[in-house]
Amino acid sequence: MSRTDDGGSAHATQPSEPLKPLDIRSVGTSPQRLDGPGKVTGTARYAWEHPLAAPLYVHPLQAAVARGRVVVMDTGQAEALDGVLAVLTPYNAPRLADTGDAELAVLQSEEVAFRGQFIGAVVAETAEVARHAAQLVAVEYEQLPHDTELSTGRSDLYRPEVVNPTYPTDTEDGDAEAAFAAAPVTVDVTYSTPMEHNNPMEPHTCVAVWEVPEAPGSQPRLTLYDSTQGAHQVRKTLAPLFELPPESVRVVSPHVGGGFGSKGMPHAHDVLAVMAAKVSGGRPAKLALTRQQMFSLAGHRTPTVQRLRLGADSSGRLTALCHDVIEQTSRIKEFAEQTGVASRMMYAAENRSTSHRLAALDIPVPSWMRAPGEAPGMFAAEAAMDELALACGIDPVELRVRNEPGTDPESGRPWSGRHLVQCLRTGAERFGWDRRTGPGTRREGDWLIGMGVASSTYPAYAFPGSVAEIERRADGGGGPGGYAVRIGAADLGTGTWTALTQIAADALDCPLGEVHLEIGDTDLPSGTVAGGSSGINSWGSTVVAAARAFREEHGAAPAPGARTRASMPSDPALRNYAAHSFGAQFAEVRVHTGTGEVRVPRMLGVFSTGRIINPRTARSQFIGGMVMGMSMALFEESVFDHGTGHVVNHDFAQYHVPTCADVLDIDAVWLDEPDLHANPMGAKGIGEIGIVGSPAAVVNAVHNATGIRVRDLPVTPDKLLRS
Amino acid sequence: MIPFDYAPASDPDSAVAAVTARPGAAYLGGGTNLVDHMKLGVATPDLLVDVTRLPLDRIEELPDGGLRIGATVRNSDLAAHPAVRRRHAVLSQALLAGASGQLRNSATTAGNLLQRTRCGYFQDVTTPCNKREPGTGCAAVGGWNRHHAVLGASEHCLAVHPSDMAVAMSVLDAVVTVLGEDGERRVPLGEFHRLPGDSPEQDTVLAHGELVTSVELPPLPAGARSGYLKVRDRASFAFALVSAGAVLAVEDGRVRESRIAFGGLAHKPWRATYAEEALRGAAATDEAFREAADAELRHAQPLPGNAFKIPMTRNTLAALLRELATEVRS
Repeated sequence: MSRTDDGGSAHATQPSEPLKPLDIRSVGTSPQRLDGPGKVTGTARYAWEHPLAAPLYVHPLQAAVARGRVVVMDTGQAEALDGVLAVLTPYNAPRLADTGDAELAVLQSEEVAFRGQFIGAVVAETAEVARHAAQLVAVEYEQLPHDTELSTGRSDLYRPEVVNPTYPTDTEDGDAEAAFAAAPVTVDVTYSTPMEHNNPMEPHTCVAVWEVPEAPGSQPRLTLYDSTQGAHQVRKTLAPLFELPPESVRVVSPHVGGGFGSKGMPHAHDVLAVMAAKVSGGRPAKLALTRQQMFSLAGHRTPTVQRLRLGADSSGRLTALCHDVIEQTSRIKEFAEQTGVASRMMYAAENRSTSHRLAALDIPVPSWMRAPGEAPGMFAAEAAMDELALACGIDPVELRVRNEPGTDPESGRPWSGRHLVQCLRTGAERFGWDRRTGPGTRREGDWLIGMGVASSTYPAYAFPGSVAEIERRADGGGGPGGYAVRIGAADLGTGTWTALTQIAADALDCPLGEVHLEIGDTDLPSGTVAGGSSGINSWGSTVVAAARAFREEHGAAPAPGARTRASMPSDPALRNYAAHSFGAQFAEVRVHTGTGEVRVPRMLGVFSTGRIINPRTARSQFIGGMVMGMSMALFEESVFDHGTGHVVNHDFAQYHVPTCADVLDIDAVWLDEPDLHANPMGAKGIGEIGIVGSPAAVVNAVHNATGIRVRDLPVTPDKLLRS
Repeated sequence: MIPFDYAPASDPDSAVAAVTARPGAAYLGGGTNLVDHMKLGVATPDLLVDVTRLPLDRIEELPDGGLRIGATVRNSDLAAHPAVRRRHAVLSQALLAGASGQLRNSATTAGNLLQRTRCGYFQDVTTPCNKREPGTGCAAVGGWNRHHAVLGASEHCLAVHPSDMAVAMSVLDAVVTVLGEDGERRVPLGEFHRLPGDSPEQDTVLAHGELVTSVELPPLPAGARSGYLKVRDRASFAFALVSAGAVLAVEDGRVRESRIAFGGLAHKPWRATYAEEALRGAAATDEAFREAADAELRHAQPLPGNAFKIPMTRNTLAALLRELATEVRS
């Protein structure tokens, strides 16, 4: 991809006409979560909790070899157990109409592609019996050699067609190699990040009901109570596998206990639950993965090895930027994380190259995990910037300011809004950055103290495909009154219920209490997936469009039953801009001189993400992302045993995420600047930017405290030991 | 989960009789370890005899200044007991460094001592493990052994004992009272847990059916202080990478008496007798503390995955002893 030199100015002289901005009243205020009372009283239904008559319980069987073939499954003892209805195996499982997606081709062959893959399931009257019976199934395998280890020296690294979702795999601007070779100051460093798992609090759960009406010739109906980030996405993906028209499938998902990307698409357990339902005679089949099972069946973040080469002049201005990434995918399904993509737009540099290479291995299928691409990529890039600042003898904040691009280096387009410098300056001021001293020079007792900074960014995605419906409800005479606002959106605990209601209230110009939002159900108009921090951008724009169409059609005093639908509006003008969010993250750390233990007493994030819909839920999103970034820096690592082919530390005792004691003074603030190029709300999405940059801020602070540069995450105490 | 019977015990003798009579029976205390293992298929008792309601939940102050701690005293209560905090600080500190508030509210004194050693492979029935299935091999030897033993391990097992409390009890010279069919016996804490040798399936010297009824702590030597320092990957709710417990008496700048034990290094709380020997009469200096650690760690056999435990232990012991020596002086 090459940049046109005049592109930026050409666009800049033709300012576009954004969609009419939303007049705000509720937006920007902090009503409490509308779903809060239901959650704290236990009446909000998660997937497992919908009251259904006479359910059956499913317990999966998993492959205990990393590659091979199931040759014998002795299910006799399990089937003989009281309360066991069926034992599904590759030999008797329902056939799927489409096995093109190998992750979802559950029990369609005896082949084992990775350890932990489904090889069967028990369907029983209770969860305990199902689990017991699963232990009684004897399995024999023909084991084949497996290959699970990512390394830079592999000869079979390949170049994927695109990286997630559709970015070019490699880019080249100018002559990066030559510029790097000629640069007076250079940094050539390799960082690595480990395999990580999303680990939402609510395990992946699917309750499936397969009903066959008695009338001859009538279609079966499938209902899924699913923990998902996109009900319509689940329906669209699964219906063809079972040869059902989409309208015969209903997915219900009003509340979701976190996903972080791992519930962004249906995984194998959804298919297994439907298969179980097919043999359950119309009774609901309930399947919730155990924490351990989630480590092989619900996606993971690929490990990465990233080489960063930065060339700069003596004043710190980048002349060359090379970001080369090596990562893994599963042999049965490609997922190419877009790790180097943020380096294409983050800073000005005349010469730049980026690349991604994959190893296809006998491992579970990697997938989206909060800020796929940006989170690991910006860790490496922003740590390398810290190294460049040292090499140049320039303050790390100042280095970033000096490399601020006037227009998007990748596309040449003007920014829809880029306030990174203001984030950096504001954060430095609030954090007391001027108290930072040289590496290893600040000490209190046994503890070394340091500060670090890193930039954040995330694209302002909006995905087409959502439809919203507004209906005036009957009031008086016992009617509910107000407006029903219907869209198949999702709330993963993020605040969608509240924020989307606020947007609808302002779009309809009515009090918040008159809006009755309905989300999380395929019986509602189509909603796009809650992914890529696109939810509020996409659903909000759609709701605004529907409300405007409704008022246009039905006026200010509509009759009960008046109803209007609208699709997500396209905004051709937005294509003239590069729309991204930005932020600056600061961390203070303490490192024990004797034990290497790291504590993070302070973190601050300053974000520029357009208009904030609800400061209360937004702050929670930002802080949650920052905590997850700190977790990535210090704790998270899925330890893969290449002998057995599985993640050994597959539970919360061993796979560490922060405890309350690890999260001390943490704050997030934001610049108040709606980005009206982005959408009528002026919002840009906030679900992921918090985890971008925070890992580097922590790791850079560790270097400032100790003088030790750790380039492989996580930064555990053993890496900081001095004897 | 395999079906099992459940029987609350009414008195210690009948509890012992019930478990002794059934090879597949087990005592149920706080359940924080056993129930996990039952869910994972690692433990498959066919009878649980619940001993949590036995009258073994008292902490008695003994005339000589010692303490007798009932087997079912909850970890939270033990950590908070004024006499423990005053006289046996190392025990209170160790308890509070362990697990989480919720787990400490549930876990009992005896249950804490009787935790199985910890290893990710032991807890995963799809992998080989000599402790779970003798003779199948040890997956940790060539696998993930960052948390594993550097002292007293065998080729059959590298697992470490996870208890913080037991490390404290080790330096307190605790004695465990055990009830069996033939009556009571007293086992010094140092002899209570086993090294793996060629029978790693046995974590302790208890015979099937034997019930821990109490733990006795003698008083600390006059003028001695005690403390516990634990190094872990996060600030709370994590097992020790390494930990150290110590009792230290310093007189005129010299160590009169020291008792030292390490956690996270071995299949049992590791009483560091070589270190104690090295410190006897030594100047109470950082250098001496480090040399004492090295006197013990000289016998360590670290693996590539856990060699960091050697310097980490040295630094941790030195930091703890420095703190205790400072306290003693002031």
